[in-house]
Amino acid sequence: MTTNVLELRDVSKTIHGQDILRHLNLEIRHGEFLTLLGSSGCGKTTLLRLISGFEEPTTGAIYINGKDACGLPPHLRHVHTVFQSYALFPHMTVWENVAFGLRCQKRPKDEIQQRVADTLKIVKLEKFASRKPQKLSGGQQQRVAIARAVINQPLVLLLDEPLSSLDYHLRKTMQIELKQLQRKLGITFIFVTHDQEEALSMSDRVVVMHEGNIEQVGTPRQVYEEPANLSVASFIGEVNIFDATVVDHQEKNTTVDIQGKRYTVKSKISLRLNQKIHVLVRPEDLVVWDQNEVTDSTNMFAGIVEEVIYKGTTVDLIVRLSDKQLITATKFFNEDDDKLEYVIGDAVWVTWLSGWEMVLPHET
Amino acid sequence: MQYGSRGFRAGKWYCPMRHDNKVKIFSLSIIWLWLALFALLPFGLIAVASFLSHDQTNLLSLPLTFQNYTTLRNTIYLTIFEQSFYLAGLCTLICLILGYPFAYFIAQCEKRLKWLLLLLTIIPFWTSSLIRTYSMITLLKAKGVINSILCWLGIIHQPLPILFSDVAVMIGLVYNLLPFMIFPLITNIERLDHRLVDAARDLGANRLTTFSKIILPLTLPGILSGCILVFLPAMTIFYIPDLLGGSKAMLLGNLIQNQFLVAQNWPLGSAISIVFMLVLVCLLLIYWRSTRGKAKRTLA
Amino acid sequence: MKLPAISYLTSIYLFFYIPIAVLMVYSFNDAQYSLVWHGFSWRWYQELMADTDLWIAALHSLLLGIAAATVAMCIGGLAAINLYRYHFLGRKLLSALIFILILSPDIVMGISLLLLFSFIKIPLGFWSLLLAHITFCIPFVVVTVYSRITSLDEHIFEAAKDLGATDLTILSRIILPLLWPAFIAGWLLSFTLSIDDVLISYFVSGPDFEILPLTIYSMVRLGVKPEINALCSILFALTLLLVIASQLLLRKKP
Repeated sequence: MTTNVLELRDVSKTIHGQDILRHLNLEIRHGEFLTLLGSSGCGKTTLLRLISGFEEPTTGAIYINGKDACGLPPHLRHVHTVFQSYALFPHMTVWENVAFGLRCQKRPKDEIQQRVADTLKIVKLEKFASRKPQKLSGGQQQRVAIARAVINQPLVLLLDEPLSSLDYHLRKTMQIELKQLQRKLGITFIFVTHDQEEALSMSDRVVVMHEGNIEQVGTPRQVYEEPANLSVASFIGEVNIFDATVVDHQEKNTTVDIQGKRYTVKSKISLRLNQKIHVLVRPEDLVVWDQNEVTDSTNMFAGIVEEVIYKGTTVDLIVRLSDKQLITATKFFNEDDDKLEYVIGDAVWVTWLSGWEMVLPHET
Repeated sequence: MQYGSRGFRAGKWYCPMRHDNKVKIFSLSIIWLWLALFALLPFGLIAVASFLSHDQTNLLSLPLTFQNYTTLRNTIYLTIFEQSFYLAGLCTLICLILGYPFAYFIAQCEKRLKWLLLLLTIIPFWTSSLIRTYSMITLLKAKGVINSILCWLGIIHQPLPILFSDVAVMIGLVYNLLPFMIFPLITNIERLDHRLVDAARDLGANRLTTFSKIILPLTLPGILSGCILVFLPAMTIFYIPDLLGGSKAMLLGNLIQNQFLVAQNWPLGSAISIVFMLVLVCLLLIYWRSTRGKAKRTLA
Repeated sequence: MKLPAISYLTSIYLFFYIPIAVLMVYSFNDAQYSLVWHGFSWRWYQELMADTDLWIAALHSLLLGIAAATVAMCIGGLAAINLYRYHFLGRKLLSALIFILILSPDIVMGISLLLLFSFIKIPLGFWSLLLAHITFCIPFVVVTVYSRITSLDEHIFEAAKDLGATDLTILSRIILPLLWPAFIAGWLLSFTLSIDDVLISYFVSGPDFEILPLTIYSMVRLGVKPEINALCSILFALTLLLVIASQLLLRKKP
């Protein structure tokens, strides 16, 4: 028995002559919380619709629990969707909404009673059973939508940007609740979002999509700390990109030349001499020193502070390096640090903690 | 790899969608059948009839001929066409001038008041046009209300012969068709983005400029729909000229009615209708063209 | 609202309502031809009630209206739902056809149906009237129901399908319960259109089935009569009720 609840093999979708999805291959395991992450137009909602059965792939196949789902209508797939607008039936009460699927299957009355009561308890909405959806808050409506979908015990639950219409605090609460719900139910969740922070905080694995392609599949840590390419690196979090050339290549360490300065970097990919590469450093890994704090500035970049952005827990510094490149550095407030105030126009030295850089082959 | 029930097209395997189609097919067939039989076929018959002839025993008979169309080049018919166009055009213009401010003011109101005002506008719209035309007779005739009041006030000494004149027909047409101008305008003006008006005022445009450069172009689709909905019936509602204009007025509608039911010249009547439908199609094309262009140029 | 707006709106409303008001007032006037007020009287209403021909015509119109509205509501309602839900071959053509039907002048529709009935050899009478009335009512029902259906969340139908509902279930459990106000409003509109129709009925009616609007038309051609005033007043009151009912229905939120 396969452990993959869903498999996509060479799936493509063309709509009106436009390639929305190109040759996707993906394996999704039982019980995981997977997020499809990408900007609008990357095809993630289309992919969701292919999995749920509302559209069929132009080429390729989708396997649900090992069986080819070709031509299978949505309700026979054991896959249910929670829509962005929740799509609750406005003329039915919460109870009737949740019971809808079971009633369509013509289940016996007492079974329906029992299962609806149980499901409402799981989403903590027992007290609202006789209310109509319009009388519920956004978060409550979402829980009804989820209850309605999970009562049928699907293999996979698809959630299409369910949190995007909620305000900041409610979003944060719902993120935790959804994660806990998923663990409790043990169902595979496929979550679609364009908010990378949400993706990183909730998922077991993240699928980063861009223009119909899957750029990378990995755990949040892998995707953040070991991006497969420049598009993933810059989509997730912020990143500073330095162009460099390989000068010397040893087993564990590589020496590269960035703007005339020599740096030692650790690279997970194999490199050749004189190869052009990108060295990526996250803003929080950059270290900014005031001019007078530094004695040996041979391996540091000189720069002028252009902008200081106070964010409460951190301060972002936008620094213009001597070669005109703009970099962003994030500093956490540290009471021990004397220098807490930066002013526009300050001259600074910029470097990073060795080992925290990421190396990618050069892309034009 | 299993292929399930895949189809093969253009060298590739693909998955055809399977649908529960019964309800859809059933309801679609009904509407298509009905419209084909009672809308498309009849229109087709008119087109065919316009090329037929008629004789003593048959309303329609062969041979096929162009004669019906050539007869229309006769001055009598051309005059009637001209008159109808003129009258209908004038009526449309009056309805536009009267209706635009009306629709504009209503569209500005807040919800509750707007609903009430719309209700008051829909009531005459739903009231039988015949009844409304009849009520006009009471007002306009020689011993009617208007004349009586004017006499009583001493403004005139003899009753004005309003009824059975072109003026009466015009009043009757405007009275009946004004709601048809107002409704499309209201729908359109309601959708006007007032931020655009505010932006124009903010940038220094005076009221006239704002109206002519911003409001008018954006409400043009509504104006055009209203004009079409007034112009076409104005040419063809035959009972208004009949009741208010007496036997003097002969508009297109009266002409067609006459040909069909009095003169028993169905082919000619059909030909007139076809020409008229061509006018309708031209107007629709103008409307369609202008709204498409407008859609590309809107700011929103 | 500003004064010029108020005065303008009021004058137009007066323009709309004064003729009808005058009509209603004179229906109670105890005089046949004079416009001078002779006193309040129910006389003309009594004469109206006694006129059996009118009653028969009225009954016929009622029957025709109810039948036509009901059939048009079913066909038009289903058409609107299909136009919204499905993308099918000829969808644009269908909506264009319905659009053209609404715009088509009644007279052209009247003569075209006359031609049709002569061609298929359907005698002019109740059936020709019924078929004609259903045909011109359908587009109005389609528009009424369609504009209501677009106010629904579009994903509701997909969610229902996802959970296992068949098309029939969706129709009976979701569409009808949510859209019934629009269906009824469409019925009321069709009923009114049918009761008031003169132009199309003029061409397709026969001598055996008298209907009210045509009877009124022939009466009106002969001149003003107080009985007609009374009749028109009653019909106006009926229209008023129907409009209010329909608008209240359309106001209901799903």
